[in-house]
Amino acid sequence: MTVRSHTLVVLVEDKPGVMNRIVSLFRQRGFNIDSIAVGHSETPGLSRITLVAQGDDRKIEQLVKQLYKILEVIKISDVTDENPIQRELALIKVTATERNRSDIIRLVTDVYQARIVDATPDSLVIEVTGPPEKVDSLITMVRSYGIKEIARSGVIAMARGARVVAPTAQPVVA
Amino acid sequence: MAIETRERPRVSDEPQREPQLGAHLVLQALVREGVEVIFGYPGGAILPVYDALPYYPIHHVLVRHEQSAAFAADGYARATGKVGVCMATSGPGATNLVTGIANAMMDSIPIVAITGQVSQSVIGMDAFQETDITGITLPITKYNMVIRSVDEIGPAIQKAFYLARTGRPGPVLIDIPKDVQLAKGYLAPRQELHLPGYRPTIVPHRRQIRRAAELIRQAKRPLILAGHGIIISGATEELVRFAERTQIPVGLTLLGISGFPASHPLCLGMVGMHGHAHANRAIHEADLIIGIGMRFDDRVTGRPSEFAPNAKIIHIDIDPAEIGKVLKTEVPVVGDAREALRLLLEELEPLEHDDWISQIRSWYRPIRTEPSGPDGVLQPQYVIARLHALTEGKAIVTTDVGQHQMWTAQLYRCDIPKQWISSGGLGAMGFGVPSAMGAAIGRPEAEVWAVVGDGGVQMTLNEFATIVDEQLNVKVAIINNGYLGMVRQWQQLFHNRNYSETPISSPDYVLLGQAYRMPACRVTRPGEVDEAIQWARSFRGPALIEFVVNQEENVYPMIPSGGSFRDMIDDTQVEGEW
Ligand SMILES: Cc1cc2nc3c(=O)[nH]c(=O)nc-3n(C[C@H](O)[C@H](O)[C@H](O)COP(=O)(O)OP(=O)(O)OC[C@H]3O[C@@H](n4cnc5c(N)ncnc54)[C@H](O)[C@@H]3O)c2cc1C
Ligand SMILES: Cc1ncc(C[n+]2csc(CCOP(=O)(O)OP(=O)(O)O)c2C)c(N)n1
Ligand SMILES: [Mg+2]
Repeated sequence: MTVRSHTLVVLVEDKPGVMNRIVSLFRQRGFNIDSIAVGHSETPGLSRITLVAQGDDRKIEQLVKQLYKILEVIKISDVTDENPIQRELALIKVTATERNRSDIIRLVTDVYQARIVDATPDSLVIEVTGPPEKVDSLITMVRSYGIKEIARSGVIAMARGARVVAPTAQPVVA
Repeated sequence: MAIETRERPRVSDEPQREPQLGAHLVLQALVREGVEVIFGYPGGAILPVYDALPYYPIHHVLVRHEQSAAFAADGYARATGKVGVCMATSGPGATNLVTGIANAMMDSIPIVAITGQVSQSVIGMDAFQETDITGITLPITKYNMVIRSVDEIGPAIQKAFYLARTGRPGPVLIDIPKDVQLAKGYLAPRQELHLPGYRPTIVPHRRQIRRAAELIRQAKRPLILAGHGIIISGATEELVRFAERTQIPVGLTLLGISGFPASHPLCLGMVGMHGHAHANRAIHEADLIIGIGMRFDDRVTGRPSEFAPNAKIIHIDIDPAEIGKVLKTEVPVVGDAREALRLLLEELEPLEHDDWISQIRSWYRPIRTEPSGPDGVLQPQYVIARLHALTEGKAIVTTDVGQHQMWTAQLYRCDIPKQWISSGGLGAMGFGVPSAMGAAIGRPEAEVWAVVGDGGVQMTLNEFATIVDEQLNVKVAIINNGYLGMVRQWQQLFHNRNYSETPISSPDYVLLGQAYRMPACRVTRPGEVDEAIQWARSFRGPALIEFVVNQEENVYPMIPSGGSFRDMIDDTQVEGEW
C-alpha cells in the first residue's frame, strides 16, 4: 500500500486533557504527524482539529480507530480524497535591505497575494495564507533574502460544497 | 487539630438535607455502584476517605503493597465479572498501583482505582507525595480523571464504573485531591450520563453476519479461535451451540481458557506459542479462521505473515480497532460476542466437518505428564495433572507468569467460565498470589489455587499476611524449579545455555509459612503429591505447598517468538530431553 499524506478533521469535546490524550496516542503508537491545528468549531463545547499525517491506508485506518477510542473524540472524517479546501497561515520575518526591499514586496504582493504586516529598516514580516504548497513556495522564494523566523499555523481544512463534518449520531445516554 | 469527619452516613437517592464531606460522598457513591470490597492501603492524601470508611458496608482488605491491591481487584473482577476496586494514597501509593493498572488495561479487566491527591492549592508545586498519576496512567487506563470539586464526586464515580465495565472493559482511575475530600457538598442523584464520544457497538451489522455465515458455509476446514471476549460477554453457551451446530473445532487463547469447556469433544485446547501441536497445526491447515473476542496477540500468531496461510479471517470483536490491526480480515464483525453468535445461529443450519475433525484428532499428542524424569525427580507437569484430577477440574486457578503458567494452561483443563485467572498481555510476575486473594474474596465458596513459580511468588510473599488475616481459602502451590524457569528455557534454547542470572534461591517456604501462620508442607517425590494436595483440601483456609521439581524441565511444544508453525519445537526434537 502506498504511503501518502492524509488530512483528517477531528471533532473533540473541549475539555481539559484532550489534546494530551491525542498527542500521547500518536507518541505511544508511533504515528507521525506533519501538522496539527486546533480551534473552536461552530458548536459550543466542540473543538475542531485538523491533522495531517503520512501513512498507507491501513495505518491511517488504525489511527482513526485508535483516535475514536478516546472518549472525548466525537467525529473523525478523512477528507483527503475529497479535494478539500486547505489553508494555512504563516508569518515570515525576512531580512530586508534598502536595495532589495521593493523586490521582496513586489514578489510577495503581486505573485503570492500575500501582505507585508510589519516593516523595520532591516526586516519585513510577511503574512501569507493559502494551501500549504503556496506557503512552502513563498518560503522557498524568499529564502535567499535571509529568513529570520517562520511561524506556521498548521493546515485547516473544510470539504467543498454542502458536505459538512459534524457530529452525526444522536448522543448516547447511559 | 483533629479533622472532624465522623458523620452519620446516608446512602440513598433521596436528596440530602445537610451537606456532607466529600470523603463520605465518595464512599456513598461507591456503595451506590454496588461496591462491597475495596483492596487498598491508606496514606495522608486519602486519609479522609479512610476516616469515613468504617461507617459504610464495604469490606476493606488491607494488602501489603499497593501493586497487590490492583492485582487483587483484577482477580476479583475476573472471578466475579464485577468491577474490582483498589485504593491508594498519592505519590508512592499511586505509583505502586501502576503495574496492576497496566495489567488490567492489557487484559481488558474492569477495575476502578481510586487515588488520593495533594490539595489543589499545592498541585503543581512538587508538594510532598505529589505525583501526576493521571499523566502517568494516561496510556494504561481506559479513562482517568481528577475530581476537581465536591459536586463532581457522584457523576465522576458513576461514569468511572460505567466506562470500566461496558464496551471493551478496562481500568479507570479517579484521582481525588484532599481538599475535595474535605469540602462539603451533596451527592448528586444518579443521572443519565452524556457521553457523545462513547458508543460501543453491541449488536453487529446483519450484513456482516450474513457474509460471515456465507464464508462459514463454504469452508472445508474452518476453525474457531475463542478468546477472552467470550468470557467477558458471557457467551459460552452460545459458543457451545454454535460450535456444535456447525461442527467447527475450537482453539482457545491463553485468556480464552474456560470460555469453552476443555472436556468438549470439539475443544482443541490452547493455541499459540505454547499451544497444543494439533491446535496450531489446525490453524496452519485451516481455510477459515473465526476469531471471536480475541486480538490475535503475537503469542498467538507468531509471525503474522505466516499465520494461517491458507485461511480467510472472520473477526468478531467489540473493539473495531482490533479488527485489521494484525491480520487482513475478510469479514469484520464489530459487536458483542454473544450477540454476534446469536445472530450467526439464526443464519446457520447444521454443518458437518467430519474429515477435518478426524484429521485434527490424528495430529493429537498428549502433553507428557509422567510423574518423574530420568533421574526420578518430580516432574512439574505431573503436579498440575494431579491437581486437576484431585480438584475434579473445579477449582478457581490463578497463575503467576512463567513455565508453571504454561503447564497449568495446558493441563488444568477448565470447564467453567471465570475459573481461570492469568496475566496474559502484560505477563506480570507477582500476579498469582494477589489475584487469588481477589478471587477468594469475590467467590468465598470457591476453592482457589494459586499456581506460582519460585521467582514470581517471591515478588509478593508479603501477601501471605493478607491471606492469613482474611483467612482466605487460597492454596498456594509453589512450583520450585530453582530457576526463573521460562527465562532459563530461552537461555537454553536461544542463548547457548548461558544461564545468566536465572538461578534463584528461595527461603524455606515451610518455615516461612509458619512465620505467617499459614499451614505449609514440602513435596519432593511423586508419591507425596496426592497426599499433599488432599491435605490442603481437607480444611478451609490458607495453605501452602512447595513442590520441588525437575530444575531444567522445559515447556513444549514451543513456537519461538516471531516464528511460524513450521518452527515448532517439541520434546522429541531437543537434545538431552527424554
Ligand atoms: C509466558 C506467556 C506465554 C504466553 N503464551 C501464550 C500462548 O501460547 N498462547 C496464547 O494464546 N497466549 C499466550 N500468552 C498470552 C498472550 O500474551 C495474550 O495475553 C493472549 O493471547 C490474549 O488472549 P485474548 O486475545 O483472548 O484476550 P485479550 O487480550 O483480553 O483480548 C480480548 C479481546 O476480546 C475483545 N472483547 C472484549 N469484550 C468483548 C465482548 N463482549 N465481545 C466481543 N469481544 C470482546 C477485546 O476487544 C479484545 O480484542 C502468553 C502469555 C505469557 C505471559
Ligand atoms: C515483573 C516481571 N519481571 C520479569 C519478567 C520476565 N519473566 C518472565 S517469566 C520469568 C521467570 C519466572 O520464574 P518463576 O516465577 O520461577 O516461574 P517458572 O518459569 O520457573 O515456572 C521472568 C523473569 C516478568 N514476566 N515479569
Ligand atoms: Mg521457577
